[in-house]
Amino acid sequence: MTSLSVKSPAAPAQTGVLVGIAAITMSFAAYSSALIVRQGASPDWLHFTLPRVLFFNTLVVLASSATLYVARPRSRATADPAGSGAAVDAPNLTWLYATILLGFLFLAGQIMAWRNLAAQGLTLSSSPSSSFFYLLTAMHGLHLLGGLAGLLYVVYRVRRSSPVRAVVAYKAASLYWHFMTVLWLYLFAILATRI
Amino acid sequence: MGKVFAIVVTIITIVATAIFVSHVWWLPPDVSQLGAGIDRQISETMVTSGILFVVAQLTLALFVWRFADNNDQRKIKIFPGGATPMVVGAILIVGAEILALTLVGTKIWASIYVAPADPHSLKIDVQAEQFAYYFRYPGPDGKFGAIHPELIDESSGNFFGLDPAHDTAARDDIVAATLAVPVNTPILLELHSKDVNHAFYAPELRIQQDFVPGLVIPLHFTAIRLTKSEIVCTQLCGLGHYNMRAYLEVMSAEDFKKWLNDQSAQ
Amino acid sequence: MTSPHSSHAAPQSFWRKYVFSLDHKVIGRQYLDLSLVAVTTGMILSWLMRLHLAWPTRAIPFLGALSPEATGGIITPEYYLSLMTMHGTIMVFFVLTTAPFAGFGNFILPIQIGAEDMAFPHFNMMSFWVTFVAFIVLVSAFFVPEGPPLAGWTAYAPLSAVGKDSGPGEGWGQTLWVISIGIFCIGQLIGSLNFIATTLDLRTKGMTLARMPYSTWAWFITSVIGLIAFSVLLPACVLLLLDRVAGTSFFIPAGLVISDRLQPHAGGSPLLWQHLFWFFGHPEVYIAILPGFGIVSHILPVVTRKPLLGPRVLIACMIAIGFLSYTVWGHHMFMSGMNPLSATLFSVPTLIITIPAAIATLLWIGTLYGSKLRFNTPALFCLGFISVFVSGGLSGFFLAQPAIDSYLHGTYFVVGHFHFVMGVAAMFAIFAGLYFWFPKMFGRMMNETLGKWHFILTFIGVYCIFMPMHYLGLAGNVRRYSTFTVDYMKGSIPLHRFITVAALFTGAAQLIFFYNLFRSRFRGEIAPANPWQATSLEWTTSSPPPHDNFGGHHPVVYHGPNEYGVAGREGDYIMQTSPEPEPVAAAS
Repeated sequence: MTSLSVKSPAAPAQTGVLVGIAAITMSFAAYSSALIVRQGASPDWLHFTLPRVLFFNTLVVLASSATLYVARPRSRATADPAGSGAAVDAPNLTWLYATILLGFLFLAGQIMAWRNLAAQGLTLSSSPSSSFFYLLTAMHGLHLLGGLAGLLYVVYRVRRSSPVRAVVAYKAASLYWHFMTVLWLYLFAILATRI
Repeated sequence: MGKVFAIVVTIITIVATAIFVSHVWWLPPDVSQLGAGIDRQISETMVTSGILFVVAQLTLALFVWRFADNNDQRKIKIFPGGATPMVVGAILIVGAEILALTLVGTKIWASIYVAPADPHSLKIDVQAEQFAYYFRYPGPDGKFGAIHPELIDESSGNFFGLDPAHDTAARDDIVAATLAVPVNTPILLELHSKDVNHAFYAPELRIQQDFVPGLVIPLHFTAIRLTKSEIVCTQLCGLGHYNMRAYLEVMSAEDFKKWLNDQSAQ
Repeated sequence: MTSPHSSHAAPQSFWRKYVFSLDHKVIGRQYLDLSLVAVTTGMILSWLMRLHLAWPTRAIPFLGALSPEATGGIITPEYYLSLMTMHGTIMVFFVLTTAPFAGFGNFILPIQIGAEDMAFPHFNMMSFWVTFVAFIVLVSAFFVPEGPPLAGWTAYAPLSAVGKDSGPGEGWGQTLWVISIGIFCIGQLIGSLNFIATTLDLRTKGMTLARMPYSTWAWFITSVIGLIAFSVLLPACVLLLLDRVAGTSFFIPAGLVISDRLQPHAGGSPLLWQHLFWFFGHPEVYIAILPGFGIVSHILPVVTRKPLLGPRVLIACMIAIGFLSYTVWGHHMFMSGMNPLSATLFSVPTLIITIPAAIATLLWIGTLYGSKLRFNTPALFCLGFISVFVSGGLSGFFLAQPAIDSYLHGTYFVVGHFHFVMGVAAMFAIFAGLYFWFPKMFGRMMNETLGKWHFILTFIGVYCIFMPMHYLGLAGNVRRYSTFTVDYMKGSIPLHRFITVAALFTGAAQLIFFYNLFRSRFRGEIAPANPWQATSLEWTTSSPPPHDNFGGHHPVVYHGPNEYGVAGREGDYIMQTSPEPEPVAAAS
């Protein structure tokens, strides 16, 4: 059967992730503008020192993007992903596991940051700055969980030894994962400068 | 059926336009200094969009009448000039209308909402709450007492949260449930809300402004005719929204002085 | 070959076939069924409101038994506001967004571009069921102790944010409202994502962007608008929910005294909610109406038997409207207390947006010129759409100007305006689409005589309902009032009674539609593959289409969708899949 309706099997997944990235960017733009408006609306903004674990988390999330890059399927695979599938390399499982582990480590670190704040008496409702801190980190964490689900799906595809689909899934999932890293860097900058 | 549709559209157009033109339902008389500009702007918009309304609906009716004859033998015709006259026409006609309306309209808008109030205006504080308005006049000292939300108490009638025990400026403040203003005098209202969003809508003054809790919003006007009319709320504020209103009384200067004295005596 | 359907063959079990189906055609019908339930609910709510407005002291039969809030069948002020809030929410979200966009779009878009299904069938199914849950959550607000929400479909903070101190309906009812709208956003985001990926990636061979039918163009543009709009409403709902349940103060300022209680909040900005809401809210108007543009532009060439005038101009107009829709949200806030200087900044693009809308209208009217108009029901609803869109659009000229808005804001003029331009116009497009595509969806024709009666009665009815609202607005009649006790508004009650009678009349006319819908579903004349002699791909396949839409082959496209009125051949149209060469001149 010749393919007429699909240009490349990767296309819809890639497009889907890109469109999703646009939507997530828009919603974090909404949160950020809410933060700026709220900070300017009244003088009750409380500046506090960010938990130190956030710096460590930033390194972890950067490292996870690096390991995910290392896990990429090698040259032969990208040459013809729509082909028969015989000559395609799957993404590297070990590095995938490393990425997933780093992802969970990051989430654990975020929870530590929350506990750290709570120990200082800063709760979700105690100040607008802490409200936004919890909100932004929680929203990023939720989206990151989606990325972890994507990576687990890639692992599942690799283990089922369906390399073509694994490569397609890897491309989409890694695009999303790298976006999560960039999004965290952006949020970290916002938190560091505003809070 | 095509002719039925054309006739129905024509009748609707004629009846709707006739009612607009006849002013059976129209704005109440204008009592404000700046209201005439708004009325003129409404009339001009009514004329231009009325013409567009009639022309568009009747053209639709005409084309349907003419071309819905179920004659499948007739050759089709393309509108002379194709889409170009549509684009050019819409940009020119609608563009010109936009330009004209914006130039005049912006001036009117600015004179009411952007221009600062006359520095000699009579200042009146307005407190909106679920579901009433209270108006505060500064009293002989010309100063308002500070507002303390925690002191607001409906049962004792402390609607503004004043503290006359400690605050000398608050002692002679006069609070009324009616907005009485002297004629031909610039008035500056400062709008406060105690609880949720409300609005100040005085159709005879042609002005409207939301109350936003947490903000103090200025609103100024000059009434040029004596009247007793109503101020109502146009921003949904809860179950009693429909019943939230106050009277606006525009009085002569002497009557106003007398009214103010009566209020402070109470 | 990985194409959507190779991963899921035609399902056999009842559950996979009709309930948790991955088939875009089933999902499209599910969306339409949901909006049929929603529109009926919303319409009944509006009758209750209208009856109360006309005869506020008269008991409404059976209502007392149905709802504890209306003791003895008499609607209380708070219950009136709840009816209004639920009417607006149900109509805007669950009818005007789901039916023309998610419903028809799901069913028709993949077929029109020659695809076997949506790009992500699982996401598609999820999108419907998430929307369904949102509807259930919303309707459940009718049954909670403090009553259904009453803050309006715009849910302005702090009324919507401070909780039950601010009165009945502001307890659990409002919380459920926020949750429902949040869930709805998720459903629409997934749906929009799917529409975009499908349109970009699954077009069949030869289906270039320029050859896409106008309805597909409209759904595509709408999905882009929706993606941005709902990604902003979702965070707004999250913030509002946190204010309500977690004690934060995003929208609640300090020093509020509600029910004699100083509220434990500080520093929030009520205007922030309005900005976030209307950044979504204004594009939402175009989410409701742009599919209507597409549907009407798709049907008009078929019923006039000639090419649409200026097809590229029309697409450009839709794109322009999409862009401009994000620059105008502040025109809802002229009186809100935002900086009055910004009013002009929002007024100008609002007025400019009328230019592409006017061009589109002129193109439709120009298409009628010199046509061989076939007067079937879809044609009638398209003509009705043009008429009400003009009426509603022109009243927008008044409201777009801040100086006039200072008098008309918050009056029935606004109600008349948006019901015409967004409510009725979109409904007429939905009806046009339904009468047009019903044969494709169910394999049977709808009854034409009943359809024509339905149209003409509805058309007269809506003008009798919404035109007088403009008169009321000019007289200063304020909207969202349950009773007119204010002296100067008492004179409006006779006109309100007229509107109520017209609303009941129009409602009764819908019984013709319901009868036609259900009768045609089972007893209608069997529909051929292409009953309207139309050119687009949905008419090349059987009615209804097989599970994979084209029965195992992939259509190849050679023409645009606009080849009507072709002279010198047997039929006067060329199918998009016909390999014959382009005609030299489409018409003489």
